[in-house]
Amino acid sequence: MKRYVCINDDESSHDLYCDNRISNRKYTLLNFLPKNLWEQFSRFMNQYFLLIACLQLWPLITPVNPASTWGPLIFIFAVSATKEAWDDYNRYLSDKKANEKEVWVVRQGIRKLVQAQDVHVGNIVWIRENDEVPCDLVLIGTSDPQGVCYIETAALDGETDLKTRVIPSACVGIDYELLHKIKGVIECPSADKDIRRFDGNVRLFPPFLDNDVCPLTIKNTILQSCYLRNTEWACGVAVYTGNETKLGMSRGIPEPKLTAMDAMIDKLTGAIFVFQIVVVIVLGIAGNVWKDTEARKQWYVEYPKEGPWFELLVIPLRFELLCSIMIPISIKVSLDLVKSLYAKFIDWDNQMIDQESGTPAHATNTAISEDLGQVEYILTDKTGTLTENKMIFRRCCINGVFYGNESGDALKDVELLDAVSSGSPDVIRFLTVMAICNTVIPIRSKSGDILYKAQSQDEDALVRAAARLHMIFVNKNANILEIKFNASTIQYEVLETLEFTSDRKRMSVVVKDCQNGKIFLLTKGADESILPHACAGQQTRAVIEAVEHYAQLGLRTLCLAWRELREDEYREWSLLFKEASSTLVDREWRIADVCQRLEHDLEILGVTAIEDRLQDGVPETIETLRKAGINFWMLTGDKQNTAIQIALSCNFISPEPKGQLLSIDGKTKDEVRTSLERVLLTMRITVSEPKDVAFVVDGWALEIALTYYRKAFTELAILSRTAICCRVTPSQKAQLVELLRSCDYRILAIGDGGNDVRMIQQADIGVGISGREGLQAARAADYSIGKFRFLKRLILVHGRYSYNRTAFLSQYSFYKSLLICFIQIFFSFISGVSGTSLFNSVSLMAYNVFYTSIPVLVSVLDKDLSEETVMQHPQILFYCQAGRLLNPSTFAGWFGRSLFHAIVVFVISIHAYAYEKSEMEEVSMVALSGCIWLQAFVVTLETNSITILQYIAIWGNLVAFYVINWIFSALPSSGMYTIMFRLCRQPSYWTTVFLIVGAGMGPILALKYFRYTYRPSKINILQQAERMGGPILSIGSIEPQARSLEKDVSPLSITQPKNRNPVFEPLLSDSPNTRRSFGSGTPFDFFQSQSRLSLSYTRNCKNN
Amino acid sequence: MNTKGETSSGGAKDGALDSSSAAKKNSKKPKYSRFTQQELPACKPILTPGWVMTTFIAVGIIFIPIGFASLFASERVVEIVDRYDEDCVPPNYSYNKLAFIQSSATNKTCTKRLTVPKQMKSPIYIYYQLDNFYQNHRRYVKSRSDKQLRSRASEDETSDCKPEAVTKNNSAIVPCGLIAWSLFNDTYGFSVKNKVLEVSKKDIAWKSDQEHKFGSDVYPKNFQSGSLIGGAKLNASIPLSEQEDLIVWMRTAALPTFRKLYGKIETDLEANDEITVVIQNNYNTYSFGGKKRLVLSTTSWIGGKNDFLGVAYLTIGGLCLFMAISFILLYVIKPRPLGDPSYLSWNRGNVTESF
Repeated sequence: MKRYVCINDDESSHDLYCDNRISNRKYTLLNFLPKNLWEQFSRFMNQYFLLIACLQLWPLITPVNPASTWGPLIFIFAVSATKEAWDDYNRYLSDKKANEKEVWVVRQGIRKLVQAQDVHVGNIVWIRENDEVPCDLVLIGTSDPQGVCYIETAALDGETDLKTRVIPSACVGIDYELLHKIKGVIECPSADKDIRRFDGNVRLFPPFLDNDVCPLTIKNTILQSCYLRNTEWACGVAVYTGNETKLGMSRGIPEPKLTAMDAMIDKLTGAIFVFQIVVVIVLGIAGNVWKDTEARKQWYVEYPKEGPWFELLVIPLRFELLCSIMIPISIKVSLDLVKSLYAKFIDWDNQMIDQESGTPAHATNTAISEDLGQVEYILTDKTGTLTENKMIFRRCCINGVFYGNESGDALKDVELLDAVSSGSPDVIRFLTVMAICNTVIPIRSKSGDILYKAQSQDEDALVRAAARLHMIFVNKNANILEIKFNASTIQYEVLETLEFTSDRKRMSVVVKDCQNGKIFLLTKGADESILPHACAGQQTRAVIEAVEHYAQLGLRTLCLAWRELREDEYREWSLLFKEASSTLVDREWRIADVCQRLEHDLEILGVTAIEDRLQDGVPETIETLRKAGINFWMLTGDKQNTAIQIALSCNFISPEPKGQLLSIDGKTKDEVRTSLERVLLTMRITVSEPKDVAFVVDGWALEIALTYYRKAFTELAILSRTAICCRVTPSQKAQLVELLRSCDYRILAIGDGGNDVRMIQQADIGVGISGREGLQAARAADYSIGKFRFLKRLILVHGRYSYNRTAFLSQYSFYKSLLICFIQIFFSFISGVSGTSLFNSVSLMAYNVFYTSIPVLVSVLDKDLSEETVMQHPQILFYCQAGRLLNPSTFAGWFGRSLFHAIVVFVISIHAYAYEKSEMEEVSMVALSGCIWLQAFVVTLETNSITILQYIAIWGNLVAFYVINWIFSALPSSGMYTIMFRLCRQPSYWTTVFLIVGAGMGPILALKYFRYTYRPSKINILQQAERMGGPILSIGSIEPQARSLEKDVSPLSITQPKNRNPVFEPLLSDSPNTRRSFGSGTPFDFFQSQSRLSLSYTRNCKNN
Repeated sequence: MNTKGETSSGGAKDGALDSSSAAKKNSKKPKYSRFTQQELPACKPILTPGWVMTTFIAVGIIFIPIGFASLFASERVVEIVDRYDEDCVPPNYSYNKLAFIQSSATNKTCTKRLTVPKQMKSPIYIYYQLDNFYQNHRRYVKSRSDKQLRSRASEDETSDCKPEAVTKNNSAIVPCGLIAWSLFNDTYGFSVKNKVLEVSKKDIAWKSDQEHKFGSDVYPKNFQSGSLIGGAKLNASIPLSEQEDLIVWMRTAALPTFRKLYGKIETDLEANDEITVVIQNNYNTYSFGGKKRLVLSTTSWIGGKNDFLGVAYLTIGGLCLFMAISFILLYVIKPRPLGDPSYLSWNRGNVTESF
């Protein structure tokens, strides 16, 4: 599909394309209610509750007042609708602000100030310095005589450097005055969301130029939401407007992520639903049988002889309504509420504020904090994530001479400085390439210093280094570059820029030396993309050696090369290039193809080596998370050697005797296969050994493996706890995430740059580092943190607490609903299975929404272990990873507890309130009080750390229960008039309630104590140790020391395998089978390597 | 996720706000508070043996005396229970009790003699007890109109009362509904040593019911005038608030076995007194096999005679003590240090070896 834009034509294109009104709103005033209700009712739970509520409107079957369901339902709907409305209103306000902004637009040949929303496709829009661009424009003129302007695209891609944009060649030289009158047609593709691409053509009508088609690229456009900088004015033709702009198209609601826990809760809800249906059917049949046999004899019930046709359904439906409270209506709301609080805790956390930049951590996605506690794999980017992405030029090798080897800093190398001052041609050429083969823009600040605005940190480092070596890139004026070398100024004209793409892995510029008119091709790029194009006969061995040498030091290398072009060669080629850059289809590929034709026979000048330092705390973070049983994969675009060096230096892999690094390589299918099989075989054998085995694979082999040997590679992925994938493209990163997810692992992807965005979005949890490569990753991610080391806290503290808290909250919600429902079911057996509700409507409504939800909501403050303990014993995360706290068997425990408590409450209340005291309202209030009291004690018993808020919520709630019921008892019109006053005066009421508490909590306490003392979980042990200040804390504190001792006891590791008996697996043996068979081996390897540590510790103790 | 949708609007914001919000975040660094840092001071109780044993012993020590007190109170209540539904059917009707009770011709009067086992102090409460009578049946329990009972103005609000809502010619029954319709109608007369015992029928209903739930201007109307007669008839000249038998009956029972207050005897009865009870056996429990009992009972702080609370308290208290003792024994026999790192699986393997 193509779009033809008539420039400056007030009529023609008005109706064809939308105007520039931006609308991010989901609703309008009119459709809010129906649309919002429709959305809410597309959730199964809500449909279910609506059905129940509608059934309750039928007086024949409803056991209680319909208000008991309608009330909470409306409340819950109102809460989420209000939230939606508020969000939408804010969007409306911001839209309005943007839409009503005034911009200069040409109308009927005159420049006018109109509101941004009235801009149409084809209009000519004028922008002044520091203005925001209202829609996507094709530049036609700027204040700069060369037609250049600078824009900041931070809003679009988060990159804060300035980018240059130029007017298309067809518009060069048009007078300022004439710009108003310009006419023509722009041919461009239909709106899409690719902000890096715009393949169009422009043809201006006479009298402006010859009837020539001129190509347009992204370089000729300025997109909506960018800012014009360092340029007085610019004007352009609107091509995409309103919601059809590139930015507008790339908006969109990402699919909501569902946590493993949500899935489990849904599963349990389903199970309860099935249970409920069974109960309804059984009771329904029993009720009908009882009715036909017994109730007919009960003359006082006056059952009619002949019932209506639906008579058989009446009793089952009554039970359905009675049992509908089994599924707690409030669970979704409570979960949403606590989840947003988890997110807030992350935002608020002082310990996750990056002190350097002052950025706090931020949870963009508030719904998936529990998943953080269940992470099994972390896929991490290297540059900017593990490293600081602060590039520093360290060494170089020019024409076979190594500089900076001794001092580690080439800039201080006297030899190099000498070479520069003596004007060695090789060195000068090398420096020239460093200084001008880039897309850096120098900006002279007010104080006269030169600031460089660079898109890539590497380029920035090179230009700065060149400047330190007296080759100063002073100015860039349109196509003219100015370089100051020593005292002289050299000017170059940039003829073409052959841009960097991740496929080409190199970039080049074609420049003309303004002094002698010679044309050069300057190239820099990765060694493997440069060396094959080197001219024949050149000695590349020195270069290869240099690259290897630098890579082993963990430095990033770039090869610099050049070639002198003949005039005619360039002319010929530039036609091809022009043609390729004006194609509309496959432009990128064709440009790459054309570029290749020029980039050959290069003369290699040398190699630069840039250091990228590790971030603080990276090795410790990786080690801790490793201990927590999380597997790490490193995915990097860097070279294999560099990646391995970094991996070694940050504890990612262990050096030889302890660790083993297997490599998968090969250029062909067969080579890759054999290598893959070999690695797999080694992996299978060594999986039982306490050895850190890792594999390393490069992008090429990975591509083959993923395409042809997916199954084998998947097995390898499952076996391997560590992997390094180098030279991988962004889409391969995403593929790897997909592969691991398909094995049912929880994946966390962490990265910082635009190339990690796909991986981050693909993963269960995406974490972005708000780093130097812009905010793109941070914005696409679910969580953004300032530094890699905060990941430890994010997972171990926030993730773990969130998981524990939600586990308790969700199961408790079911427990309390089941409790009251079981009592109703029991009551039906003594009320002729007729579906009478024991509790009145007010109590039922308040029970679920009020009495029981507030105390449990404060469990979001619960901490089972202190943060320090968790940090010292990261292994404890295993409980969360394996889903030990929320699974069918723990749920069965809660189910049993609610059954037990229901029996206790029911039996005690009907026996204590028998005979002359068996008045229905009284019995019902006694049973309800029993439930509320039990709840308070259950919450207290299950809370690990009780803060003042919890005290208030738990006991305040109990007080509130009595206050509310006293109020109801004071209203003559309510059914329970005077009941509560009457009860509270009876000694037998209080004795009954205390009996219920004693009988209900005694066994629970005993069982819990028994388990706590004689079958403690690891969490319990740590709790005990923590609170009693046992020796366990000292183990943690000697940890670093123990690491050094490890070597002394390493021979012991031979005896390790025999420890692999069942005694060794307590963590797993009593685990419900949540760990996949393949993964089952992995957690212990860890504990084994750990046990060595503890041995050395006990030895120490004995020596003392 | 949300913010993406929100902030990208119009581009007005993303960039501008992002840079400025970064600045804002700087200045607006989350303020340190113990709540936001999740560092509120907390009490972290753990189940140490000491605590648990103390709790169990304490509960045992508190529960057992309460149990004894309740049991003692319950034992002091003197109670005479007499089942009369079988005995009050003449032998010639014993195979067709239904015919006996439904016939209007039969003589329903029946005399029983009861012996007082112990001295009974006044007030002595007279209850009737029905078994297997489902006052809590859904059809029954809902069949009433509180509004109608409360005021004369809402006389016609009988929609809930089906099938005893209106008469054939559509005028409202007051009081309507199955509960009122099936009002218990046995009567008892007592005499000791040929002296009639005065039975007070005043104040047997709740004061609050008389004052607020049953109107003093509501008089029975069309009651028991249909073809099917349920239970007792009401005197149409007495307002509902004075019809205490009805008010008592309308307080539906939650259990199929229940007692309802019939009246009070305000004189003491001595041990071995013989009470003669003249029963008008009118109420039909024969069709569904329900039992009828007459109960005379004194009262105590815990209510009527009911051993359940006492026994339950003693049982729970005893179990708590037993639990405490067994935990102590277990603790002595098999001591288990709390928080021993050797129980951590990642520390365990070698530790057991080195022992």
